[in-house]
Amino acid sequence: MQTTLDISTHHLPQVTHARNPGMGLDLDWVASVHANTSAIERRAATIGARRSVKKDFQAAWLLKAISLIDLTTLSGDDTAGRVKRLCAKARQPVRADMLQALGLPGLKVGAVCVYHDMVATAVEALEGSGIPVAAVSTGFPAGLSPLHLRMQEIGESVRAGAREIDIVISRRHVLTQNWQALYDEMREMRAACGDAHVKAILATGELGTLRNVARASLICMMAGADFIKTSTGKESVNATLPVTLTMVRAIRDYEDRTGIKVGYKPAGGIAKAKDALTYMALMKEELGQPWLQPDLFRFGASSLLGDIERQLEHHLTGHYSASNRHAMG
Amino acid sequence: MTKPTIREIFDSMDYGTAPEGNAEVKAWLAKHQRFGHWIDGAFTAPGKTFATRNPATGDILAEVTQGTSEDVAAAVASARKAQTKWAKSGGAARARVLYALARLVQKHARLFAVLETMDNGKPIREARDIDIPLVARHFYYHAGLAQLMDTELPGLEPQGVCAAVIPWNFPLLMLAWKVAPALAAGNTVVLKPAEYTPLTALLFAEISKEAGLPKGALNIVTGDGETGAALVASDVDKVAFTGSTSVGRKIRQATAGTGKALTLELGGKSPYIVFDDADLDSAVEGLVDAIWFNGGQVCCAGSRLLVQEGVADRFHAKLKRRMDALRIGDPLDKSIDVGAIVDPVQLATIKGLVEANRAGEIHVAACALPEGCFYPPTLITGLSTADMLMQEEIFGPVLVSTTFRTPAEAVEIANNTRYGLAASIWTENINLALDLAPKIKAGVIWVNATNLFDAAAGFGGLRESGFGREGGWEGLRAYLKPGAKTKALAPVAIPEALVEEAPAMDRTAKLFIGGKQARPDGGYSRAVTFKGKLLGHVGLGNRKDIRNAVEAAHAAKGWGRTTGHNRAQILYYIAENLSARSTEFAQRIKDQTGKSGTDEVAAAVDRLFTYAAWADKYEGAVKPVPMRGLAVAVNEPVGVIGALCPDEAPLLGLVSVMGAGIAMGNTMVLVPSEAAPLSATDFYQVLETSDLPAGVVNIVTGSAQELAKPLAGHLDVDAVWSFSSQPLSTLIEKEAAGNLKRTWVNHGRARDWTRADAREFLAQATEVKTIWVPYGE
Repeated sequence: MQTTLDISTHHLPQVTHARNPGMGLDLDWVASVHANTSAIERRAATIGARRSVKKDFQAAWLLKAISLIDLTTLSGDDTAGRVKRLCAKARQPVRADMLQALGLPGLKVGAVCVYHDMVATAVEALEGSGIPVAAVSTGFPAGLSPLHLRMQEIGESVRAGAREIDIVISRRHVLTQNWQALYDEMREMRAACGDAHVKAILATGELGTLRNVARASLICMMAGADFIKTSTGKESVNATLPVTLTMVRAIRDYEDRTGIKVGYKPAGGIAKAKDALTYMALMKEELGQPWLQPDLFRFGASSLLGDIERQLEHHLTGHYSASNRHAMG
Repeated sequence: MTKPTIREIFDSMDYGTAPEGNAEVKAWLAKHQRFGHWIDGAFTAPGKTFATRNPATGDILAEVTQGTSEDVAAAVASARKAQTKWAKSGGAARARVLYALARLVQKHARLFAVLETMDNGKPIREARDIDIPLVARHFYYHAGLAQLMDTELPGLEPQGVCAAVIPWNFPLLMLAWKVAPALAAGNTVVLKPAEYTPLTALLFAEISKEAGLPKGALNIVTGDGETGAALVASDVDKVAFTGSTSVGRKIRQATAGTGKALTLELGGKSPYIVFDDADLDSAVEGLVDAIWFNGGQVCCAGSRLLVQEGVADRFHAKLKRRMDALRIGDPLDKSIDVGAIVDPVQLATIKGLVEANRAGEIHVAACALPEGCFYPPTLITGLSTADMLMQEEIFGPVLVSTTFRTPAEAVEIANNTRYGLAASIWTENINLALDLAPKIKAGVIWVNATNLFDAAAGFGGLRESGFGREGGWEGLRAYLKPGAKTKALAPVAIPEALVEEAPAMDRTAKLFIGGKQARPDGGYSRAVTFKGKLLGHVGLGNRKDIRNAVEAAHAAKGWGRTTGHNRAQILYYIAENLSARSTEFAQRIKDQTGKSGTDEVAAAVDRLFTYAAWADKYEGAVKPVPMRGLAVAVNEPVGVIGALCPDEAPLLGLVSVMGAGIAMGNTMVLVPSEAAPLSATDFYQVLETSDLPAGVVNIVTGSAQELAKPLAGHLDVDAVWSFSSQPLSTLIEKEAAGNLKRTWVNHGRARDWTRADAREFLAQATEVKTIWVPYGE
């Protein structure tokens, strides 16, 4: 079944898929998980070369990529003004004349992602657009503030209007193989989110091995994560193709076992249009068409949009573009 | 169909098409249209031609000339003329040319890739990202070998003129595998590309001029199998063939007794073993590279899937889903996984094999299949070893599958084949992987990987997958021969049994089989005499004795798993016991030959010490391949070696042959000197007292002429050597074609047995197995 959405409406998962209710912690399953790093790297290295989209197809795929972006600002110097500017860009991610020419007027990004303090501003700025606000939460990025405060933070962001909560897991539970603790924490966070969708940030750059990434992915899904997400963008290594392959294979196994589709969000380091196409091809190949829609796939990115805009203008005019021809976010 | 709008594509998220341009290739083809051969540095005028087609479209790409035996002779003459000068130019000079060839391949990489895809039907991604980069790498690597060989390989010289007959599945890569080592070693080459895919070889020849390759150093003669047969039959010094086992067998028979060196890289039915603790998704992805790479038209394709029972259903389900996502179609499309089958004839072969199968359950990939010369990725599960498709090479995108319970059973099923080219082992348990790697009969093992190749790592097979390695120092060795001049070997006469003087006490020498003295099956004996003096009797062994000896040798194969240290201890012990009886052994030699045996016995003791020394020192290598991982070249025993021992050194010769063989872990069936067999029959008493396990060495006396045939023709013998002074080389090489066992025969040339030439013997006594272990966590 094709799960195409009307792009003028919002893209929340409940539109087409059942939310992940989670399941009991199955440690046998966790123990049986293997991830062969070199084989995963080999597969990841050839994905870009195995699929190529050109011309109108490339333009369409890049426009799709825009609809998948969680347009993000997560800086210590964020202000209301900065966030409003970003939200305006989210509403009009590409110059109106270009979108008109490309046949997709009204295209919007997937969501806007900010710190808790900026949620209310963003919600207001996006009112009527259908674009959800996502809040990073739970002591982002390290996740080491007191547990009860992390839980309270989720509640406050939800009350402030965030419809998606990007939580960070406690890396130490993975590194010490304390799967029960990881599961319990994630369960509690999921409960605290209520109707808001929860994206579990694994901070894969800090988990040491792909096997840990695979196991942590699985446990977060068992505990009810709606999305699993690679990184905060603050680790020294963020989203990579091998990590992506590991996580999406876990998503596939989870769907095979439970029938539930869990979303995926790579974040950090995806800055080029070509990278976005490679990720999308990987999603289409490994998980299939549903994971090319914003209810199951997002890019956590801040500078990707700019490169896509330039590529689209090149597509339209045949001339290489300049960034000052496109509105900054 | 109307062109979809961007908005429609936004909804469908189809890939569309991404065709690679081919204008440059078309221009090159238009310039030539009809090709002659490339002989003596130029294209000849086209003769009688045939069309070479693009299998994806059926379009004629060009007309190429059907090579006649005259064409072949002209090419060989040109190569012959060029050879001495090319060899004399020195390794460093040849290195410059090979380096230039590597650079030229890179400079024209896209032209080669597109042409290869059009002629062969393989996806452009493969030609562009795998074939052509490997070609360049092969020339770079061999530029290095050329540079180093003068200092690193003293005493060896080129074979001379090499004939290369190559297949259609990797046209330019197989050219590189033959041409680079041949040229590096100072040979010149006449190459016949496959009938279906001659074009990249012709382009390469044309470009080779820019590298400064002298005319005649490389000649290309196009044509079909008849041209190939003419080339094999021509005045060349070595034949290197890659292709089917049936053609390889014919070449073995055709070259038997000619003295032409031969390497064969033939078919396979390589096992792909998945254990329950493997990363199953990665193992599934590996299969895409194993059996759908180049449409499964790969000699080392992982075409036989063995899955541990507990995960088989899950694994097959994952595999089927992956198959359904494969894209099959226009090979020039950059987003295609599986291209065209090389020719309608091959397509018909694949169809015929699959349609004849009635067993198991078939899954055909649910991907769209274009019209024309295409075959869908196919999986047949639930087969058992007895099913034909588990045994026969399909050479297409068809994977067959069965299950196993234990590691031991996996090995048993993996080895239950006439072939022995490659194997893949998938497990996260390094103990298991490294335990299995030596047990699987194959020249190449990939752990948690498949179809990894590199110029530094040897590639080649065992059993009916052929013999010889390509790549690495071991591959270069096949294009070199010992430089020492040899003399003709005169047959040693067997003294007539004119008995004038009987011994004081009758002694009955027996055969030595399975550690026991055995009477000959036929019940016949022969008197051994010298100048009328009866020295004793030896049994006249027959084919049944050979059968029994081979069985005993197989039963003793645990010998190959003992440590080098242990084997050394036993060789030292044999030397010690021989030394203790040196006077008696020397006298025996004198009695049989009339010449003093003192020096020969001393040399035999010394030879045993030499091989005892080598037993734990003939080391493998870790190959510096461009990958994070180990590519380990391990010297493994060949298996059961049958050897016809020399007549001119009845003890030293036998000890040399045996020493090298058992030091490396082989078990042996020795046929001693027919003229002077009593040194061998005395020697088994030494063996009996030296803790050598029963069956490791078996001795069958009798007529070399009579025993050579059953030994060389035995389908469970892995190699046959002959140093007999009898003219047996032709017979042995012909008979060996049955199971394509390795042969090492003297072609009537003498050997100086006072020299050990141990490295030569050790190379013959071992198979190089390359074990690839990529790692990373």
